[in-house]
Amino acid sequence: MLYLNIEEKLLKGDKRACARLISMLENNENEAIDLIKKLYNKSGEAYVIGITGPPGSGKSTLTDRLAKELRKQDKKVGIIAIDPTSPFSGGAILGDRIRMGDLALDKGVFIRSMGTRGSLGGMSKATWGAIKVLDICGYDYIFIETVGVGQSEIDIVKTADTVLMVMVPNMGDDIQAIKAGIMEIADIFAINKSDLDGADKTKLEIEMNLDLNDKKAYRPPVLKVSAIKNQDIDILFERLLEHRKYIEEKNELYERRLRNNKLQLLKLVEDELMKLILDKAVEKDMLDELSRNITQGITDPFTAKDKIVDLIKK
Amino acid sequence: MLDDKKLGEVQESLNNWEETDVAKAISKFPERKSKFSTSSDVEVKRLYTPVDVKELDYNEDLGYPGEYPFTRGVQPTMYRGRLWTMRQYAGFGNAEESNQRYKYLLEQGQTGLSIAFDLPTQIGYDSDHPLSEGEVGKVGVAIDSLKDMEILFDGIPLEKVSTSMTINAPAGVLLAMYIAVAEKQGTSADKLRGTIQNDILKEYIARGTYIFPPEPSMRLITNIFDYCAKNVPQWNTISISGYHIREAGSTAAQEVAFTLADGIAYVEAAIKTGLDVDDFAPRLSFFFNAHNDLLEEIAKFRAARRLWAKIMKERFGAKKEKSMQLKFHTQTAGSTLTAQQPDNNIIRVTIQTLAAVLGGTQSLHTNSRDEALALPTEDSVRIALRTQQIVGYESGVTETIDPLAGSYYIESLTDQIEEQAVKYIESIDELGGAPKAIAKGYIQKEIQNAAYKYQMEVEANEKIVVGVNKFQIEESGKKDLLKVDPEVEKSQREKLAKLRSERDNQLVDETLKTLKEKANTDENLMYYILDAVKAYATLGEICGVLREVFGEYEQSVIL
Amino acid sequence: MDRPIRVLVAKPGLDGHDRGAKVVARALRDAGMEVIYTGLRQTPEQIVAGAIQEDVDVVAMSILSGAHNHLFPKVVNLLKDEGADDVLVIGGGVIPEDDIPGLIEAGVEAIFTPGTATSKIVEFINNNLKRQ
Repeated sequence: MLYLNIEEKLLKGDKRACARLISMLENNENEAIDLIKKLYNKSGEAYVIGITGPPGSGKSTLTDRLAKELRKQDKKVGIIAIDPTSPFSGGAILGDRIRMGDLALDKGVFIRSMGTRGSLGGMSKATWGAIKVLDICGYDYIFIETVGVGQSEIDIVKTADTVLMVMVPNMGDDIQAIKAGIMEIADIFAINKSDLDGADKTKLEIEMNLDLNDKKAYRPPVLKVSAIKNQDIDILFERLLEHRKYIEEKNELYERRLRNNKLQLLKLVEDELMKLILDKAVEKDMLDELSRNITQGITDPFTAKDKIVDLIKK
Repeated sequence: MLDDKKLGEVQESLNNWEETDVAKAISKFPERKSKFSTSSDVEVKRLYTPVDVKELDYNEDLGYPGEYPFTRGVQPTMYRGRLWTMRQYAGFGNAEESNQRYKYLLEQGQTGLSIAFDLPTQIGYDSDHPLSEGEVGKVGVAIDSLKDMEILFDGIPLEKVSTSMTINAPAGVLLAMYIAVAEKQGTSADKLRGTIQNDILKEYIARGTYIFPPEPSMRLITNIFDYCAKNVPQWNTISISGYHIREAGSTAAQEVAFTLADGIAYVEAAIKTGLDVDDFAPRLSFFFNAHNDLLEEIAKFRAARRLWAKIMKERFGAKKEKSMQLKFHTQTAGSTLTAQQPDNNIIRVTIQTLAAVLGGTQSLHTNSRDEALALPTEDSVRIALRTQQIVGYESGVTETIDPLAGSYYIESLTDQIEEQAVKYIESIDELGGAPKAIAKGYIQKEIQNAAYKYQMEVEANEKIVVGVNKFQIEESGKKDLLKVDPEVEKSQREKLAKLRSERDNQLVDETLKTLKEKANTDENLMYYILDAVKAYATLGEICGVLREVFGEYEQSVIL
Repeated sequence: MDRPIRVLVAKPGLDGHDRGAKVVARALRDAGMEVIYTGLRQTPEQIVAGAIQEDVDVVAMSILSGAHNHLFPKVVNLLKDEGADDVLVIGGGVIPEDDIPGLIEAGVEAIFTPGTATSKIVEFINNNLKRQ
């Protein structure tokens, strides 16, 4: 059930309307989808920064500091903080707001916490929709803070314009402990809690790994910061803006968004098709029956698949 | 204690007993539970015998009261010389009202004062600060300046009473005020006896009334150690607390472990500033919880004493006996009080009092029956005090020292709690010490897990809380409770306005300016805090200056 | 309801005792709810801003300091001002029976005092949501 004048309110940046629309999208409500269709051309202005890194690296505090830098420049900031949903109960404790207390009252800031809700990556399926809503509502920058485990990095690169990787000193004996692919994904590395022992060593290791994987044209800066002590946040902020400038000038921003939109389109199609098929299969009790048959050796998985897919081929 | 042959005989007869008598009894009706255990998950056996204490060496493990390792007590005559100090935590509303309550308690036989401050005071805000709205005078007395402190102790001779102040982040300021009041009464600082809680680590862990981040907080604490060593030698400069950690849900073993780990951190911090351990360690004191499991609690206190003595001697090389003594205050467990059938709480507090006394506490606060609902009425607090007096004068447990020593169960449990605590402390050491463990959330997570586990056990009726999940009644609802006068907030604001118009504001500005400058150096801030306090700078103004320089602690740990 | 219930758990005012709030937060999570835990020292304004942005179904507050008569109604009123009166507001902590009717009248739907089982709180939320 929609509000009166929700469109008007959204475009004015009314937080309640914005929040409600994010929820409706998260719950896949048709009215919300219709509204996005209508207002999509109002989006595209927001710049998306993905913040990823292992749990405990201080992503939330760092996001808080970077958002404050943007606020100094009078930019409106949206923050989406994602925490894992329990696979057992379906519930979640979303606790990132704790570290962003002052921002709660800033008129130019919107903070939304989301659970992964079954998604195996570090984000929720609905994160993309939430970003669009914040974009439509006029936020200039949107931070996405991932869960930091699982496929977080892969997921974030499909969504963000700039990816900031947050690490802490002494994460393991060497960077091999870090998952492969991170060197290629991050646009900037921030070693947070850099007052701890080992920060220089960690920095060196990252630089060495970057040397080996010298694929990118833009060499990701590796910075030591301390979010809690507000050390060198301004430098990190500068690098973020530099990266944005660089990819805009080289037209790489367009290429990234093109790639990501394609991936998102495929995802939407995939989800819809899957829903169509499963609805039909469930309707005809096929899914359970076929699964039983496979397990009992009466049929094989490929034949079973054909039976289901044929439902929509007709 | 027994030789191997005798022990063998006991083991054999024990086995025999289990296989015959016990087996027969169990076949007729099984035991009440499949597993019996303490709060620390120590399994409690059906029976304890000499076999359970076969490794016990009397001189090494138990020794004598007043001698290392102090397992049996920190004084040679304990309660035969003098009963523990009966020290009821009190304070509410404004200084005038609290002053009256203190005089009442002293008349009723209380032997030391214990000051409760309201939340704005504990967090360094004046009564007219926006965040103080609704909080003034609610959980303790509102102290905005030296003027309030003078009223608080009006007619109470500070050279005669020992005063404990439950104040942490702004402890230096309140201590300075106390010293200034004493001076006006004609008593020099070196005669003052008392304690300030001054334990910031447990604030980050469990209590939440922090102001500044960890480093400047530790600086303020070590400043106080140093200042008192030189100027207030009879003052206990810190009350390293486990009470709140236990209240937050920890087990008994965790209470010991995390408290002593915090203690280790404070000792290390003080040594780092150049102090010799024997200079300040004798003035360290502790504060523990007295919980429901009578026997586990007694074992807990003994384990804590023994473990701290070892830590001070072996880890820090303390030479003075007094440096190795764990002296402690105890409070009965607030979280065990029920809102249902509140008179039952009197019985709970009695058992907890016994635990503290049989555990050898130096001072004790007993909770009142109505404290699950509100601050105590005069009647309720009198009963709480009488509980201590009856145990002290009528029960006979004070006639001899550490009477439960030698009990096979108690000695075995003492050992097991010590072992568990040692393991936790090792884990904390691996993380780099208590401050780092707190930053990483390790201690908090352990406590939360224990708290959640306990709650689920209660809801599953595996743990019984009388009156709550068993033996319930239709509650009547109508109870005589203390209500804090809402006018207190208004009158404090008026007092503040009056103070600001009457004092020498130029002097105030000067002292605050100096304090700010000095806060940016390595100097001991107590001297400058004293100057500001005497000029009638308010608590909020002094803490405001420190907030500017040190910043504020940002909470971050999550479930 | 095929979407998780969203609950904001907050500690208003200066009270630092969070054992209860954390136990409740966990219990709600185990019951399948999304719990936004704001931590300590929340002003009524912060709580309401959070409730709006997070589009919660429930605001659950815990106070043990006696400041409930002042702070709970403030939150209810601010929610009303923001047009968010479809949010279920509940509270808990050290709250004398005498104060409960006043709080209910001020718009707090239920007060859960010491000894309440978390399962009761879950049940209450499930049965009393104001939103679909």
